[in-house]
Amino acid sequence: MISLVIDIVLLLFLLIMAIFILRVHQLLAVAMLFGLYSLLVAGLFMVLDAPDVAFTEAAVGTGIATVLMLATIACTKVSQEKIQRKVAKTPLFICLVVGGLLMYGTHNIADLGDPEAPPHTQVAKRYIEDGQKDTGVPNLVTAVLASYRGFDTLGEVTVVFTAGIGVLLLLVRPQKIRIKGVKSAR
Amino acid sequence: MRDNLILRVTARILIPIIILFALYVQFHGDYSPGGGFQAGVIFSSAILLYALAFGLDTAAKVVPNQALIATASLGVLLYAGTGVVSLFFGGEFLNYSLLADEPTTGQHIGIIIIELGVGLTVAAIMLLIFFTFARRILN
Repeated sequence: MISLVIDIVLLLFLLIMAIFILRVHQLLAVAMLFGLYSLLVAGLFMVLDAPDVAFTEAAVGTGIATVLMLATIACTKVSQEKIQRKVAKTPLFICLVVGGLLMYGTHNIADLGDPEAPPHTQVAKRYIEDGQKDTGVPNLVTAVLASYRGFDTLGEVTVVFTAGIGVLLLLVRPQKIRIKGVKSAR
Repeated sequence: MRDNLILRVTARILIPIIILFALYVQFHGDYSPGGGFQAGVIFSSAILLYALAFGLDTAAKVVPNQALIATASLGVLLYAGTGVVSLFFGGEFLNYSLLADEPTTGQHIGIIIIELGVGLTVAAIMLLIFFTFARRILN
């Protein structure tokens, strides 16, 4: 009952936040609102008993992403969105169709927390039953991430690493190479 | 830089707590929520707060760019290296069970090492991206 009330409050605020993000044209304010949005989503994950995901969402979505967004806005000259009065018809149509398809798709999703749902009876069952015995790690999320799916996580770390290299290559201006004794051509 | 007294005093109190929390999340990840990724992000946010409160140059003295690049590479190396070491022990790539006599002890050692690798890489890369962006603004 309490979780239902918390759910409704969080989702309501999420909706209000989304509408505000659409209405506000100051990009700085939008970045801050996105941070708040992430925090609310983290709260929702917490209600769903997924503290690991909530943790990541709160740290990355609210913290790092907001700061990076602010830094990016600070890089730009104009920090105000151009206001368009005209309603763009094609994007609106695509949004409505995709939204409708997503809503249609939710009808076939198994109920929340249903133990008989297919995802819970196959591989997850083995993790839950044998995870402790196989790895000796009480936190199953860590066991799955680091041990069962260790190769995936290696890929993720490599992706983060590659992102860093990409930013360095794109944004750091290379220093001119100087050879001793040779004056530059100019 | 403007004199943000309140920000500086608050940052000075908060930063050690954030770093301590990051270390807790890092090394307690097998028992409680968290792990290398979260710990790395939390750790980088501590340095980020330092950079925001005390200026970019002061922060760059604490964590120079070269050190960040080296740390990021070290993290990936540590992770992949653990996989290669388990190959040498006669198992599959990233099969930690063979790292010690007892399979669960081996799993424990492997998980702690690779989480450390994840944490190092994530923390270093987040800071690197932030510093690179911030330098671009200031120049």
